[in-house]
Amino acid sequence: MDQNNVIIQIEHLSKIYENYLVLNDINLSIKKGEFVTLLGPSGCGKTTLLRLLAGFIAPDAGNIMMEGNNLANIPPYKRQLNTVFQRYALFPHLDVYDNIAFGLKLNKMPEHEIEKRVSKVLKMVSMTDYEDRDVNSLSGGQQQRVAIARAIVNQPKVLLLDEPLAALDLKMRKDMQIELKEMHRKLGITFIYVTHDQEEALTLSDTIVVMNKGVIQQIGTPTDIYNEPCNSFVADFIGESNILNGRMIADCKVECMGHEFNCVDEGFGENVPVDVVIRPEDIYIMNKIEGAQFTGIVKSCTFKGVHYEMFVDTDSHNELMVQDYNAFEVGSTVGLFIKPFDIQVMKKERTCNTFEGVMTSEKTVEFCHGEFYCADTDWAAGTRVKVEINFDKVDLRDDRDEGTLVGEVSFILYKGNHYHITITTDDNDNFYVDTNDIWDKWDMVGIRIQPEDIHLTKLTADNE
Amino acid sequence: MNKRSRWALPYFIFLMMFVVMPLVMVLVYAIQDNTGTFSISNFIKFVQQPEDVNTFLYSIGIALINTVLCILLGYPAAYIMSNSNLNRSGVTIILFILPMWINVLVRTLATVALFDFIKAPLGEGALIFGMVYNFLPFMIYPIYNTLQKMEKSYIEAAEDLGASPLKVFLKVVFPLSLSGVSSGILMVFMPTISTFAISELLTNNKIKLFGTTIQENINNGMWNYGSALALIMLVIISITMLLSNNNDTAANEEGGLI
Repeated sequence: MDQNNVIIQIEHLSKIYENYLVLNDINLSIKKGEFVTLLGPSGCGKTTLLRLLAGFIAPDAGNIMMEGNNLANIPPYKRQLNTVFQRYALFPHLDVYDNIAFGLKLNKMPEHEIEKRVSKVLKMVSMTDYEDRDVNSLSGGQQQRVAIARAIVNQPKVLLLDEPLAALDLKMRKDMQIELKEMHRKLGITFIYVTHDQEEALTLSDTIVVMNKGVIQQIGTPTDIYNEPCNSFVADFIGESNILNGRMIADCKVECMGHEFNCVDEGFGENVPVDVVIRPEDIYIMNKIEGAQFTGIVKSCTFKGVHYEMFVDTDSHNELMVQDYNAFEVGSTVGLFIKPFDIQVMKKERTCNTFEGVMTSEKTVEFCHGEFYCADTDWAAGTRVKVEINFDKVDLRDDRDEGTLVGEVSFILYKGNHYHITITTDDNDNFYVDTNDIWDKWDMVGIRIQPEDIHLTKLTADNE
Repeated sequence: MNKRSRWALPYFIFLMMFVVMPLVMVLVYAIQDNTGTFSISNFIKFVQQPEDVNTFLYSIGIALINTVLCILLGYPAAYIMSNSNLNRSGVTIILFILPMWINVLVRTLATVALFDFIKAPLGEGALIFGMVYNFLPFMIYPIYNTLQKMEKSYIEAAEDLGASPLKVFLKVVFPLSLSGVSSGILMVFMPTISTFAISELLTNNKIKLFGTTIQENINNGMWNYGSALALIMLVIISITMLLSNNNDTAANEEGGLI
């Protein structure tokens, strides 16, 4: 990347709140004039990152460089960036004009110049003639416009927007999206936009940064992120998708749902377990069976305005979501077909749960702050071991007292014929579980593991 | 009268008996002479008695000084208490509120004892000290309340727009806390005009405030003249109230006591 074109460079940035790592080693560079969106579910750290950029909070590690200068010791009022706040934060004791002129007056700009600039930005946000209005009398959308005007009137190098459209209704949000995009084009300054709305991110951005649990999952253009999600979180978060377990047989050949498919991915190796992502609109569905790669039975069919959304039970008993312009009768057998480049293969992040533990006796092992029975070993207490547990061997209990550990369901992924869920314990350890039971997000569950399902390997100096 | 509004009846009766009736009686007494005929003789008597007029003006002067001192001392105290960077414990707030739980007379007697102890003379200085000491919490609390409830995003927005910490205070925090200041003024200025115990105790009866004049007249059976003086004070209080209500329109919802 051309270094001269980079306006903001974030290096190894971390932030801790009450012993919780909100941002974990963030590295990101933002180009001049780019529209960058920080996208992720609530609590992923996106707003924290924005507040670090604005300077309202200080990082615990790492640096933010703006045009080559470290921002660490520069207070927010000296930074050449402006923020549009989520709840607007318009000053209630000032009218529209004075709100917008606030920054200019602080810079001791001559009054006639201020007037010119204010009326120019008011025109830009289509709020001409509102100068003397009390900000409390404005509607949400109008307040939003004033907030944007107040930020851009200072001609900042970077504009930070913290979920600016979250409080508006759908119709207004759509209109404002178009206006924001237009404004970005006209102003030519860098926009850093925070949202949890994936559609908004796809519509507006040049670059999307997908975040989860304080870690950047993927950086890319909207098309890249949509078509080639790098892991199952991104695939699930952006748009609708079918995420399935698969196995890479060889280059450009993947086995999935009991069938072999041609794909375009290479370099995974042979017989490697992978995740396969297929977008519902990329599955061809037809009434005739001949020529189809596999078959299925339509389980449900819902009209969604432009297309029909169908759930199809495949011949290998996987459930697939399929979108098509035509409706297919519920109960009918259909043929299905997927083109090679519509199959996105992702390396599995893990194939089993792996922890580091310590033997507490010959038949008990402690890991993740819990003590579990395991098969007899002849290792003394205190021996350090690697603990491996298969996803389907973790037993979840409704009654949390029945579990050795207690955790919260923090992420649910439907894999066609089972759920892959993440359980986060109180100590922030993650257990990944394959199950056919239906759990809800934030359910508290007890975690139980049978002794024979805990696989232990002694940790020695050379395999650590 | 529907079913619900019947529940308000006890309160209505209470208000009529203990608020409206006494006020009406003050008014009726004030416009009667001691024989019971209606006249404005009480007001003429007030204007013609330089001693009472002087006491009245002096009381307003003391009340103004007290209010200004309370703002000057109370605002910084409230600001420090509300700022989490400067004050992390709730103890300071309790310490400021604590004196409010003790009776005014007890506090004032303690002040007298304190002045005796440090051998300071009682008089005007002691009076002002006692007033400020008694009324300071009533200034601090509404200001603290407003500052405490103020959205932090206003401060961040001002910083973001280029305001240094001093400018943030002058251009945003202070203007937005004015509603608290005006509630504080109402709670301090008006009661000070009518205090009498504090002035009696802290000046050995040497300095008379308007409250004392009213009390003396009523104690001596001069109900009509006393009521007229009370009415004059009520008018002054109403004027202050109207003035301070005009001052805060938009910011009013941000807090304050009234």
